[in-house]
This record gives sequence, C-alpha cells and structure tokens, in this order.
Amino acid sequence: MSIATRVVADATDSPWTGFVARRIGRLVVSLWVLVTASFLMIHLIPGDPVRAALGSSAPGALVEARREALGLNDPLWLQYVHYLQGLLGGNLGISMTSDLPVAQVIGDRFPATFEMAGLAFLLAVLISVPVGALMGVLTRGGRRRRTELAFTSTSIVVAAIPEFLLAVGLVFFFAVQLGWFPVAGRSDASSYVLPVVSMALGSAAMLSRIVRVEMLSVLSAEYVRTARAKRLPGWIIYFRHALPNALTATLTIGGLMLSAMVAGTVLVENVFAWPGLGSTIVASILAKDYPVVQGVVLVYGVGVLLVNLLVDVALGMLDPRSTIKEG
Amino acid sequence: MRTSKTVTASGMAARWLAALKTPVGAVSAAMLFMVLAMAVVAPILWTGQAEEINTKAILQGPSPEHLIGTDSLGRDLFYRLLVATGLSVKLALAATGIGVAAGLVLGTVPSLLSRRIGRLVTAFVNIAVAFPGLLLAMFFAVIFGVGQTGAVLAIGLATAPSFARLTQTLVAAQSERDYIAAAKLAGVGRVRRLLRHILPNIAEPLVVTATIGAGGSLLAFAGLSFLGLGVQPPAYDWGRLLNEGLNDIYLHPMAALAPGLAVVVAGLAFNLFGEAVAKTLGTPTPISGKGAATQHIHRPKTVAPSTDVELSTSSSDGDPVLTVNDLFVSFPGPAGPITPVRGVSFSLARGEAVGVVGESGSGKTQTALALAQLVEYPGSVSASRLEFLGQDQLSSPSRAQRQTLGTSFAMVFQDPMKSFNPTMRIGAQLAEVAQRHLGMNRRQALARAADRLRAVRVPAAERRLRQYPHEFSGGMRQRAMIGMGIMGSPALIVADEPTTALDVTVQQQVLRLLSAIKEQDNVAILLISHDLTLVGQVCERVLVMYAGRIVEDLPATELAERAMHPYTQALLAAVPDMETDRDRPLAVVPGRPADPSRIPAGCAFASRCPKADEHCTREDPELLQRDDGHRVACWHPSRGTGSERVPIELKLHAAALQGEAS
Ligand code: SF4
Repeated sequence: MSIATRVVADATDSPWTGFVARRIGRLVVSLWVLVTASFLMIHLIPGDPVRAALGSSAPGALVEARREALGLNDPLWLQYVHYLQGLLGGNLGISMTSDLPVAQVIGDRFPATFEMAGLAFLLAVLISVPVGALMGVLTRGGRRRRTELAFTSTSIVVAAIPEFLLAVGLVFFFAVQLGWFPVAGRSDASSYVLPVVSMALGSAAMLSRIVRVEMLSVLSAEYVRTARAKRLPGWIIYFRHALPNALTATLTIGGLMLSAMVAGTVLVENVFAWPGLGSTIVASILAKDYPVVQGVVLVYGVGVLLVNLLVDVALGMLDPRSTIKEG
Repeated sequence: MRTSKTVTASGMAARWLAALKTPVGAVSAAMLFMVLAMAVVAPILWTGQAEEINTKAILQGPSPEHLIGTDSLGRDLFYRLLVATGLSVKLALAATGIGVAAGLVLGTVPSLLSRRIGRLVTAFVNIAVAFPGLLLAMFFAVIFGVGQTGAVLAIGLATAPSFARLTQTLVAAQSERDYIAAAKLAGVGRVRRLLRHILPNIAEPLVVTATIGAGGSLLAFAGLSFLGLGVQPPAYDWGRLLNEGLNDIYLHPMAALAPGLAVVVAGLAFNLFGEAVAKTLGTPTPISGKGAATQHIHRPKTVAPSTDVELSTSSSDGDPVLTVNDLFVSFPGPAGPITPVRGVSFSLARGEAVGVVGESGSGKTQTALALAQLVEYPGSVSASRLEFLGQDQLSSPSRAQRQTLGTSFAMVFQDPMKSFNPTMRIGAQLAEVAQRHLGMNRRQALARAADRLRAVRVPAAERRLRQYPHEFSGGMRQRAMIGMGIMGSPALIVADEPTTALDVTVQQQVLRLLSAIKEQDNVAILLISHDLTLVGQVCERVLVMYAGRIVEDLPATELAERAMHPYTQALLAAVPDMETDRDRPLAVVPGRPADPSRIPAGCAFASRCPKADEHCTREDPELLQRDDGHRVACWHPSRGTGSERVPIELKLHAAALQGEAS
C-alpha cells in the first residue's frame, strides 16, 4: 500500500492535498483488500459451496447448472474479473434462496440498519460529550474523588455489557415488565427506542470516560493556563479552549467505536428481529446463501472504511497539525 | 540469558501478586477464580441434572426445585447454566489461544523476513485492524462453516490482527534496547534473538492483553452462539442458552436474563483482572493508558491571613504597580505540606524591570504564578498583603478586578509552543482579550491584534492572524505571546523564562522587545530566569531566591561586584564564561538544592555554604536592609569571596551575546 500512497502524495505539495491524497490512497488499497477478500470468501470454503447450499440430496444436474449460472466453472482469474466488473456496474449477484438481485436485497434492508446505527451514534455522542466534559471539569486536578470513583466504576460496568445483552435486559424491563415499548420489530418511533438505546449506552459510557480523560489532560495543558492568565471566564476556557482539543483526541477512538457499532448492529438486530442487514447476513449464513453474504460483508466493510475516512477528515479540520503529520 | 529469564518470571509473579492487593484486583481475581473453578467442576458434577428431560415440568418459572426454572424440554436451567460455564470458558480460551498464536506469527514475521515482505505483512495487519472483530469473525465463520470449530477459528483469527499490532509495537520497542544490540554484535542470529531474548521480555504485556482478550472472546462467542453461528444443539454454552431463552422472554424472562448475566460477570472477571494487572505493570491498555494524565495542577484558595490588610484605593503614578508581603504558596504533599514559597516580600515600581533568579525549585515560578493568581488547586496562596495597581488581590476577584488583571497584568510563559492553543488561530487568541476586557467587537479586536503583532515586529501581521500556532517559528510565537500581553495596556509583564525554549539567536530579539516595551509604555517587568547574565542585561534590580525565600535583593549594576550573599556569589561563579557551551543549562552550584518538603531549620543554604557555622544552622537569617536598595538574608554577608574573576567575564559574556544578536 505504501507505494501507491507515496506516489499520490509526492505528486502534490500543499499539506491539505497531500493529506487528502494519502487518505484516498489508503482508502483505495483497503477497498481492494476488502473486495478481494469478499471475492475469495466463497472460494475458501472447503468443498463445493453450491452442493453445501442445496443440500446433499439435490440432484447432480441441478448443482451443476447452479455452478454454471454462478460462473464457478470459469478459471479463478476470470471469475475475479467478472466479479469486479459486476461490482462496478452495481451488480452483486443473485440470491440463491430468493432469486432476487443481491443489490435489491441490500437496498431494502440498508435503511433500517443505517437509521439504527446513525441514531445510536448520535445518541452516544450527545450523552458522552457533555457528561465526559462535565466530569472532566468537576474532577480536574484531583477534585471530588468520590464523584470520580462513582463515575468511573459505573461507566466501566456499563461499557463492559455487550450491546445485545443490554438489549435483552432492556427488553425485559421496559417491554415485558413495563410495556412501554414494543418487544421487537420496526414500526413507529417507539419501536426505535430500545434498539437505539441499547446500541448507544455502552458506547456512551466508554466515550464519556475517554472525553473525561482527554478533558483532564487538556485542562492541565499550558495553553489553558495561558487562557486563565487572560482572565477569560470559565465557560470560555472550558468550551472554546479545552473542549475542541479534548474532542480531537476523542475523535480517533470515537471513530473506532463507530465502526465497531456498524458491526454491533448485527447482534442487536437479531435481538429485536430488526429488518436490517444484520438479520439478513445471519439468515444468509445459516441458509448458505453466499452471494448475499458476500454483498452484505462488502457493505459493512465499506461502511467501516467510510467511517474511518470521515474521522480522518474531521480530525484534519479540527486539528490543523494533523494534516502536516504523516499519518 | 537463563538468569535474565528467571528474573523476569519471578518479578512477574511478584507484580501479579501486587495486583491482587488492589481492591479491583482482589475482587476480579476472586471472580475469575470462581468462573474458572466452575468451568472445571460443573460439567463433572452436574451434567446429569442439566440434561435430564422432564416433560412434566416444561417452561416453568423459578421455584425452589428449579432455581431459575426449566426450558422447553423441562431441563433445569440452573444446572444448565452452571454446566455451560465449562464450554463457554473452554471455547473462549481456545479462541484466544489461536488469536495470540496467529498474532505472534504475524507480529514477529516482519522482524524476521526481508524488509519488503515485512512491510507487506505490516500493511495487511494495519488494514485488518481497521475492521471490527465481529465482522471478521462472521467472515471467517462463513469460511470455516457454522458450528463450534468454525466459531473458535473465526474468533481466534478475528482477534489476531490486534495482537499482531501489539506484538509488532513491543518487538520494535525491545529491538532498540541495548541488550539486543549487544546480542546482535555477539553474532546471535535473528531467530535466536527473537526467541531467546525478545519474546521472554514481551511475554508479560502479551499475557495481560490476552487475559483482557479472553474476556472479549467470551463475549464474542456468546454473540456468535446467540446468533446460531456458534455452538449447535445439543451442545450448549451461554450464548446458546440465551438464544433458546429469548423466544420465551414473555413467559419466562429468567431463561434469557440468567445466561446474559453469566456472560457479563465472566467477561468482567477476565477484563477487570487484566486491567488491574496492567495497571500495576504500567502497561498501557486502550482505556487506562491516559489515566496518568490526571495531573495535579490546581486552583488556589487565596487565603487572606487574619492580619489587617490596608486597602489603598488610589493608583496614581507614584504608587507601586505591585506590592506583596509575606507571600506563601503551599501544596499538600504525601508527608505534610510542601511550601515552595515561604514569605516573599517586595514591590515593583512603574516601569521597573526586576529579575528573579535561582535554581529550579527555588520557588521563583510559583512566586510568579501566585502573583498572577494562577496557582491551581490544591495549592494555596497566602500573604499579608498582595496588591496590584492598588487593588487588593486577596479577596475573591470582582468583575472589575478580573478586567484590570486581564488588561494590565500580562504573562509570558517559557514554552511558546505549548502556551498557544493549537486548535485556534493566532488572531482569535489575541482578539479574545480585547473582546472580553475592552468591549471591542470581533473586527475591532482583530484590527487591534494586527496592530499589536506589528508592534512586536511580526511581519505580514494580517496574514499571520489567520495562521495557527504551529505555522509560527519559535521566536515569532514568543513575540506573538508578548503581543497578546500588550493587547490591553499592561502595567506589568511577568515573563517566566521567556527565552529558555528558544534558539540563542532569537533570545536576544525577544529580550530587546521586552526592553523596548518597558521603555515605551513605562511597563514594569518581572523576569524570572535561572540565567544571571540575561537578568543583568534587562533588569535594574535582581531578586535572588533560594528555597522559597528572597536571599538577596540588589541593583543589577551591583550584581557583579557587590553581591553579598554566598548563594548569589556561587551563582555568579557558575555563570558560563566564553569557553563554556552556552546551550547548556546553568553550570551547577556545588551541592543539592533544598528539598521544599524538608526545609531544614536555620539558614536553608547552610548545607552548601562555605561560610556556614553553628549560628547559621540554628537561626534563619532575616532579609535585612544593608545599604540603599540592597537587602541580604545572611549572618555573614561579605563582598566578593572567591568571585574575583566573575566581573570581567560576566561583562565579556554579555557583550558577546549582544554583539552576536545585533
Ligand atoms: S546564613 Fe550562614 S549558611 Fe546561610 S548563607 Fe549566610 S553564611 Fe551561609
């Protein structure tokens, strides 16, 4: 990957273009690895995937016809070329169980997953930034040890509970016991509450710890002392001087978390029978519907890569130094 | 090497035991022990009860017979839960083992193979790390097939990239150590170096991470089994039990909640124990890594001692800019309070430049911070009198006082790199002062900022305003810092080692700038420095501090020939002459500086003083007026002992510096 990135980077001189070129170079290489991995997946399965999908009792002729239709009898390189051509044309293959185009299956399911992950991330940020920043300000320089202890231990425990188990707990309490929200499914606004909250809570706990720690280290930085020497009021020191710096450091980890969240939807969707990509991929793996699995893995992978790219770009805009540094 | 290995091993045992002594370590170790014991014992003891089908007791709720009820075949869920510990833990450990092994291979290969292949592996690991583990696990689950073995391989391989990344970092760090270089010189081959020397030394952090990783694998496995991709019936682990229980959550919530709880508890046990050990090792783990950043810089309680404080309200030109009497600064320390400043008194007239010199730890910086009201919690400041421009600073500041401080009291800090906010443009950082304290709008404030940047000789001021601090050179940044100080109309600039972080060539520019501002606007300057030469160049008066006190206060012109305190004389003797490399920190005064947490009785300098006698160690000398404008705190003050050679050299040195700068 380094060669490709270097060539692109050398062609430019301004730090911003160089930075963008490097990130795009890295994205392209990662994409290629992802696409190739998803292509190879079906070929790495021991034995005949079609036979496995159709079952051992399926007639040989049917298996052969399927293999032909899927192009599995072509030489590997040709299949690879066809696969890439198909991808460029938006063709992800045909589902082996429903005979629908995979692209259509994904198109149907994608919005539900996107909404859930997006809302959950938003909620996690909306909780963690104020909470973490406030805790940072309150406990700076070793103040309020008890508050700090209570906050840290609560957030550790909440963050340690995996989303899908939290989801089960929330379903039991708020859907079964209290009946406030539906147990499963995706319909009106109230059906979004439990899935989104169970996705967001753990991340919010973890992120707010990170925001606090970053806030503490920023508050002890020398430029904050400079701001105090300027006799600025507290809120300007905290909001304008400290918070943006604390957030740049948080962003990197927040981005990692967001990409983990993309994958975390798989489990939570299955708890709530949420009609998104997560329940699709699990059903397809169980049904050995490989084209759909390939397609969904690709979509998740691209989602993760895009999130990482967005984080890098946001970081570059928030922290002007990061564009200069080779990352 | 055998010895070094055993040392590592016994040291490791000791450190892990130390982790057990922390509360978190002890609790998590107990939890972990119970989980592991249950994993071994439960399948042996209770498999029978757990698999006994009882069609008469289907889907029952909790009862004395069945503590958490029964499943759809009437099997006792409590026993199933206990027995499932075995498989859950076993599979998690197996997956972690695979992850560590694969990670070790991927992580060490780059150091063994050719550079090119090594780079390729590293690049691949870097790409793989970016993808979340669950996604990788599902990818591998497809390849290896749905089921127990497939899931173990899948989770193992999915965790491999992050272990590989860690191993790479650790190996790289070790390879730079001296003993590896020595082994290399001794002709030890690459593989042998890795196996015998590097691996034993990185084993401990790897084991800690693997412990935390085992918790993660346990949760991941529960996830896969819950999705139906892991353990298949009739086998069962916690994830499988949860999968079966969730369908009937209306009828029988415990069937889903209990296994969920078990997973969380067991996961926490691995996780917390690993974190606790990591903490005693100081190994950075993703979350705890920055914990050490909790620094203790603190907000003061400005305590006014009960002695009567006379408030002078007038601030005519004849009055001093700053007056301080009996200033104390103290911090709570592990063995009683530490008092870096112990009774400092002086005053500054308008337009007067005063230097404060002393070794590090003499209390000069804390004095400056206390005067500026910038000592942070839990430090506390007290004084019998502290006035700035005639305003008492001991009571908590009013709005008007903040304004006075904001416009008239400027600070310049040592490191201009760290003293500007890296995420704000220089213009905004300067303009802020005028917007806050002078009531200007943004445009006016920026215009003022441009004007001030020109005043401190920053070229192309308008363009510079839009730049970030990192786009400024060190000297220019420090000038911008001074420019920020003169946004208002300062009466006092406190500069704490303003040139120490700068190149010798720009040091002089900054000093001349300070002098010029002082001359032009009649601004008082308090220059904190360890460098007597520099202070002599800029200041009219010099305060010499030792162990939190002023030991001598004299006109700068008298410094070379009429210094009376043995400490001042020692400092002068240590001034570098022309042959000394000036980039080096101040040459040392013999002996060690006093420890601010253990100030001896009597004169604090006695242990280093050639003239110390019994009187000195018994009674602390007071700072007394000698002749006009000259105060000394010493029982045996005298002129020029052993410093005859200083005056000429000092002058030469100063002349050299000046010549070089112009
Ligand atoms: S008081 Fe005594 S010990 Fe202290 S400086 Fe003077 S001579 Fe030395």
